[in-house]
Order: sequence, then structure tokens, then C-alpha cells
Amino acid sequence: MSAFVQGRTGDWEIVIGMEVHAQVVSNSKLFSGSSAVFGASPNYHVSLVDAAMPGMLPVINTECIRQAVITGLGLNAQINKYSVFDRKNYFYADLPQGYQISQFKHPIVGEGEVQIELADASTHIIGIERLHLEQDAGKSLHDQHPSKSYIDLNRSGVALMEIVSKPEMHSAEQAAAYIKKLRSILRYLGTCDGNMEEGSLRADVNVSVRKPGEPLGTRTETKNLNSVRFIMQTIDYEVQRQIELIEDGGVVVQETRLFDTTTGMTRTMRGKEDAHDYRYFPDPDLLPLKFDDAFIADLKKDMPELPDQIKSRMVQEYGLSSYDANVLTEEKETAAFYELASDGRDRKLTANWMSVELFGALNKAGLELSSSPVSPMQLGDLVDLISDGSISGKIAKEVFADMFETGKNAKQIVEEKGLKQVSDEGSIITMIDDVMASNQDKVDEYRSGKEKLFGFFVGQVMKASQGQANPGMVNQILKEKLKG
Amino acid sequence: MSDLLKMTAAQALSSLSKKQISSVELTTAYIEAMEATHELNNYVTSTTELAKQMALDADKARADGNAGRLAGLPIGVKDLFCTKNVMTTACSSILNGFVPTYESTVTSRLWESGGVMLGKLNCDEFAMGSSNETSVFGPAINPWSARDGEALSAGGSSGGSASAVAAGAALMSVGTDTGGSIRQPAAFCGVVGLKPTYGRCSRWGVVAFASSLDQAGPFTRDVEDSALIFSVMAGHDAKDSTSASMSVPDFSEAINSGVEGMRIGIPGEYQMDEMDNEISDLWRQGRKWLEQAGATMVDISLPHTKYALACYYIIAPAEASSNLARYDGVRYGNRIEAETLDLMYEATRASGFGEEVQRRILIGTYALSAGYYDAYYLKAQQVRRLIKQDFDTAFSDVDAILTPTTPSAAFSLGKPVTDPITMYLNDVFTVPANLAGLPGISVPAGLSKQGLPLGLQVLAAPFREDRLFSVARTIELQAQFSLAPARAAGELQ
Repeated sequence: MSAFVQGRTGDWEIVIGMEVHAQVVSNSKLFSGSSAVFGASPNYHVSLVDAAMPGMLPVINTECIRQAVITGLGLNAQINKYSVFDRKNYFYADLPQGYQISQFKHPIVGEGEVQIELADASTHIIGIERLHLEQDAGKSLHDQHPSKSYIDLNRSGVALMEIVSKPEMHSAEQAAAYIKKLRSILRYLGTCDGNMEEGSLRADVNVSVRKPGEPLGTRTETKNLNSVRFIMQTIDYEVQRQIELIEDGGVVVQETRLFDTTTGMTRTMRGKEDAHDYRYFPDPDLLPLKFDDAFIADLKKDMPELPDQIKSRMVQEYGLSSYDANVLTEEKETAAFYELASDGRDRKLTANWMSVELFGALNKAGLELSSSPVSPMQLGDLVDLISDGSISGKIAKEVFADMFETGKNAKQIVEEKGLKQVSDEGSIITMIDDVMASNQDKVDEYRSGKEKLFGFFVGQVMKASQGQANPGMVNQILKEKLKG
Repeated sequence: MSDLLKMTAAQALSSLSKKQISSVELTTAYIEAMEATHELNNYVTSTTELAKQMALDADKARADGNAGRLAGLPIGVKDLFCTKNVMTTACSSILNGFVPTYESTVTSRLWESGGVMLGKLNCDEFAMGSSNETSVFGPAINPWSARDGEALSAGGSSGGSASAVAAGAALMSVGTDTGGSIRQPAAFCGVVGLKPTYGRCSRWGVVAFASSLDQAGPFTRDVEDSALIFSVMAGHDAKDSTSASMSVPDFSEAINSGVEGMRIGIPGEYQMDEMDNEISDLWRQGRKWLEQAGATMVDISLPHTKYALACYYIIAPAEASSNLARYDGVRYGNRIEAETLDLMYEATRASGFGEEVQRRILIGTYALSAGYYDAYYLKAQQVRRLIKQDFDTAFSDVDAILTPTTPSAAFSLGKPVTDPITMYLNDVFTVPANLAGLPGISVPAGLSKQGLPLGLQVLAAPFREDRLFSVARTIELQAQFSLAPARAAGELQ
């Protein structure tokens, strides 16, 4: 199933694993009451605990535990009713405690899976190894002063979920599909906002290559990638670099690398010999985390529908194509918009209007769906006008453009501009008679066998009706009349 | 006001409530006593102005009928407790000049109950030591003198807390006990020292040494006072995840209930070869007293006791190595500037931490490092469980356990610090209670041939401090120990 990469010495298989750091959506930090909101002025959200003042102690924020369990459920994963917080010890200026509280041996969530779909419509299951909770560090700012570094502790102590995949991806495309799907699931669950630019979702990517059938090659880890594009670039670059290295007789060194966003290349950050000895041990300030089945059952009860479920419902119940369903479920907001817009009317027609016209217009205007000038109800109304024959599809495009521009309702536009489709047989016959009378020569030609003139007559009638004649009726009546 | 310094807290409360004395008078007497015993080096920070104000407030509250349970009683605080607007250093140069903006939960409770803060008391640096000699301020000195007149250690790490209460420079004090740091100095100085059950007193705002072992507790002149101040200090605190959500009982009945019908265990493993004869004699005497009071003495076995010290000296340094990582010169305390961040860490921590603290950070770092973790830290945790099981088994049969507090009386200053292993042996009887999370109390029970106080230790099952008080009070009544150190403040002499 995996696409091999052609090297000088034959095929190579790519093996990719990913560690994703997802910032937990919660009001306060993992072990303190400070706000976890992004974007405050530096050191504004810092409690005594976050600054690691002497004698300060961590207290688990239950909301973050709930979010981690909900995420685990969303990944069809094993939920561990017993987990332990460990200290990961290392020194850095933006790590006030001198250790990060994380989970090492006993994570809160165990094995799970994510299903991805590629452009060729093939689906793949990517295994999840584990999910654990940990504290984020603060931020070091090295460019604010010629000789000093500044430290911002707003992020210090914010809850992160580290989601570790199994090494089961074999192309940059799969990796991209995985991170997008994961982000989509997290957003549906409301456990992470998935905002990669702000850093609330970032990935460390492990890449290795091997000859098919051989044991795993040595991997490199490229840290802190905060866009899908960077992830793909990193994989492409690392794959090429590693294959060339090995084919030139060299060996891949196990190391941590950094991605340079300006060159698209990765470079060594630190080698294995410089790797930290984190001296993990259970944090004696925190008791092991235990909860019961009822706690899990409670959260399960309120689980939202996830993209895979919604997608299969759209295909099976609404009759949408798998492609359309994919597009409509990738984002929670899109699916919600669609459900609202299509409720009680032609589901397929609404899907077309949304994915073609609305998305096209939004794209052109550089707008997000959340700031769409056309609301779900307005789009629905437009679809109704098409369905009941009030306007033609062609007119509808015009109406839609106007709606997008002005935010007005479809009905209002149709009325104001007098665009209502003419479906009155009498008036259509009159228009056809007029057109035929003033084009007698063409009628004769048609009747003597030049049937491709039919389009000309349709065009004339539509023109006469200013585009408002019901095209189906025009076709039908015109055909009859022309027969003579 | 002749007998002000001789009063126990209970007596002082009685006199205060009868308006025979005022808190201002009592506090003034203690402030004078602090000055008179200055050479004992018990206080590293005096808060006399604050004390006078708190005394005034306490008198006013009493006049208004709002007196708290400790209203007007002068109390000293080990410099390990963070005290708002009062310098808190853990007796380390690395925290020189550190003034917290917050008050520890335990001391907050003391002040909310009307306690009067006299100042911050000397201790070993970050509570690491058994002689108070690792303090950056130099050792607290024991008010008791041996017959040869040599200056003696007040014990440690809470040496200042024990010495101040013994010398009449504090009516009561609070300290912390990680491996014996309350009970050993209490025994050396002839006062009552209580290490409560792990989780009884909040650790919030107490500079951490070894989080799974640290526990705050009081020093008092007698057992009744111990129960009094303990019942104020103890109680659940949501800010400490290891704090027990159990209610604190009223101990007044336990103090007077005696030991009639109790079964009290004597662990054979505590009979050490290196132990002074007079310690064995005292222990035997203790058994006799309890028997006379109606208890049944039971020989018990705590087979893993011999591993306790080794286990402790892995776990405590391991936790400490991590707990002390925050003293890095970045946010507070001392910083030695250097070219790079790593060099700044090295310079700051090399100059800020004393030798013993550095030794323990190194031991702990080693014990946790890759390849050694299983052999040291993990093994020590397994042994710790066995030690706890020993006690669980014992307490299924006995109500309390009686042991000596220390293997010897107070030693001379300057001796043990040169040999860390000998120093570590001092904790041999006290460490097991910390490893098992049990409450323990040291009660003065007699004098050595040199005329120095000796203590007996009582241990009980978790959250059975009531039994400690019953047994200790019985010993106290029988021993008739007289607190008469040579170098105490005026009226105590």
C-alpha cells in the first residue's frame, strides 16, 4: 500500500511517526488557576505556581483531565483509569520549576487509531501509541535586547496533550492527511482549537527510510513544526537527504533536527550524545490520578458526533458523494453550517451550492466560513427557490452573487429585481410565438432538418424573458411548437 | 510578670483569659528573652515590631471576645516556612534577601488563630542536616551544656525551633520533619516535638526538601501544648494535593485518657549495637512507666528497619535534586552573572548552595539518572513499601510503638559535620516514620550522665496522633522532666 521512493539503488520505503502537541482548551492551566488564554501581554497570566516560587505546589485541573479523556474517546483509544504524573528534569530559563510535569510510564490514554482518506479515495488506519498530559514551558525571547533574553511565562504550565502516533505513515501525503484529520477530530471534540499558527497544535516528525522488507532505519526527529506544509516539506527533505546519505555510503545519525522555514531544509539541533537525561520520576507533589468507569461514561454520554460518523451519515442518508462529504466534514463549522442549511430540503443540491458557490465566493473574498455574509438559513432559502422552480439555476447564481455582496435574502433580491422565474404556460407560449413569428426563415430551416437551430430559439426565448422563463418548460413547449 | 517565660501555652492562655497577663506583656518578655539568648543563634530574622502589633491585636480581640485558639501566644517559625513580607531563606545563601508575597498555609492558620510571630528560626540549609551546622547563618546552639561546658548542637534540621523553645526564646515554634528534623532536635533540647502523619499539615508555602517525606509540626514545652498548636496547624488544604481530607479531632480527651489497656510495641530491631547504654536504659525505663500505667508491652518485629536509612538517603536526595532545581538564579534569590545561561546556572548554584546541599543534589541526580534509576530510586521505593508494610502489620496488633528518639544525647558542635555518614546515622530511629508516613512524637524522658536531655519516641498508625498524645503524656507525667538548660533566658535558669 505504501508508495515507494525510487533511489539510485532501488526502492525505498518511508516510515513516519508523529508526536503532536495539542494545547488543551481550558480556562486555566494544568496545575494552577492562571488563565490559559493566548495573546495577553507578557507575564500577565503567571501565578506563584507557574513561576515556581518556593513552596508552591501543583493541583490538577480536572477540566484538563476531562478534555484528555474526551480526546482519548474520540481517538477510539484505551482510557487508563490509573495514570501518573512524572517530573521530566532539565534546566532552561523558561522552565521555572527546573522540570516539566508530564506523564511517562503511565499515560492517561493508551492505544487508539485515526482513519485517514487520501486524494485517491483510499483509506488508511494510523495507530495511536498513547496520549499524555503535560505542562507547556514558557517562551524565551532572544531578539528583544542586544545581550539579554526575555522570558514570558504566560504559557508556562498551560496543559498540552502529547499525542504519539505509531510509525505507520509512509508518505508526506499520509502525514498531512493524518495531522489534518487529527486537528479536525480535536476541533470537533472542542479539546484543542487546532490553531497551528498560534502554536496550539505543533508536531515533531520522526522520519526514517528502509529498503522494503528490511528492519526500521535510523530515524531523525524534526521538532516543532507548526503547519501542514512544513510537515510535508520536512518529510520530503529528510527522505531525500537520508536516501542520498545512505546511497553515498553514509549512515543516518539519530538526532534532533530543526526545520528552516526560509530554506525548506532541516539541520542538526542536537545529536544523541547531547540528548538530555531527563531523570523522570513520579512527581511526589501529586498523587496518582485515578477515576472510575462512571467518570468515563459521563463524558461518553456527551460526546459530539465525529467527522467519520457524520461523513458516513451524509453518504448513506443524504446520498452525498464521499468527496463532498469529506469536504463538508473536515471542519466542524462547515458540517454544522451544512446541516443547518440543508435541513428539510434537497441535501445534494445544498451540498453543491455550498461546496461550489459559497466556498468559491469565500475563497475569492479571502473569508472564513465563520464570517460568511450568507447565513445557513439564507443559503437554504436560495436552494428552496431553485427547488420549487421559482428561479432557475442560472438566475440563482446571480441572486447568490448579490446575496454575498449585500447580505440580503434571496427572496428579497428576486422580488426587487423581478427575477422570479416565469413558469406560466400562457406567457411562455406567447413569448415562443413571438420569437417564431419574427424568425420565420429559421423556423423553416429547422423544419427542413437543421435541428441544431433549436439552441438559437431557446436563447431567443430566454432573452425575451430576460432569463426568467422556466428553461424546462421553454424546452418542452418549443419542441412541440417547432414540430409544427 | 516573674513567671511569664515559665508558663506553658495552656497556662498562658488561662492567665490571658483571666486578664492576669496581657499578650503585650507576654510578647515583650519573649522579645527580651530573644535578645538575652542572642548568642544561641536561634533566630535568623526577628520580627519584633510585627510581634508587638500582633500582640496588641490579640489583646484587643480578647477584649472584644473574639480571641482565637492561640490568641496572644508568641511563636517562632522555622525559616523554611514562607512568610509574607518577611525574609525567608531556608538558611541558604541562594535565597538571600528573598521576601515572599505569600504566607504558608500552616503559618496562616497560626496567625488567624491569634498567634504572635516572633521571627524566623535557624535550621540546616534547606533542612538538610542533623546538627543545624549547614545553615548559612551558622549553627543554632543548644541551651543545654554538657558538664565539660562544650557548646552543643541543638540538633537539626529544626535546631533553632527546638533551641528557642528550650531556651525560653519562644513559647512554641514550628518546624519541619523530613527524616527526624523535629524529633531529633526536640530530644536534644529537652522539648516535645511532633511529626504529624504525612498529609496532616499542608506543605503549601513550605520550602520543599523531599516532598513525599516533608511534614510540618510543632515544638512545645509539654504534650498538652503540642496537641493545642497541632490542632490549629492541621487540616485539609486544597492547595496541597497530598493533604489529607480528614477532619482534625479534638485531642483534649486523648491527652488525659492514659494508656490503660493499650498494647504498645517494642521493636527488637531498634536495639542497636552502637547505641549508648544510657539510651537503652531510658528505653527500658519508658517501658516500665507505661506498664505501670496499665499498658501491655509487646515485642514486635520491624524486619526492614535496617534498610530504612539507605532507602531514605536515596529517596530524599532524589526528590531534593529535583525540588531544588528552581533555585537557578533566573527569577528570584541570588544570581551570579555569567556569559551564558549554563555558566550562570553553574556559578549561581555553586556559590548559592552549601556543601551538604550540593552533596545531596549530586546523590539524588545520580540516583535518578538513566541506567541507575532502577537500581537506586526504584529499589528504594520498593523497600519503602516493605517498611510501611512492617508498620501496617505491627499496628494490626499494637496501638503504639515506643523507641528511643536518637542513638545518643546532643553532640558537640563541629564534630559530625566532617563525617556525613555518622551524621546520617543520627536519623536511624526517626527516618522509618517518614518513609511510612506515620505520626511520631519525641517527649523528653530523662537526662544523660552528662546532664543532657534524652527523648523517647512514640509512633502510631496514620492519623492516630491521639494515641501519641495519650502515650507521650503518660511518659511526661512519670518522667517529671524538668526543663532547666544552663543557657536559657533569665527566668528559665
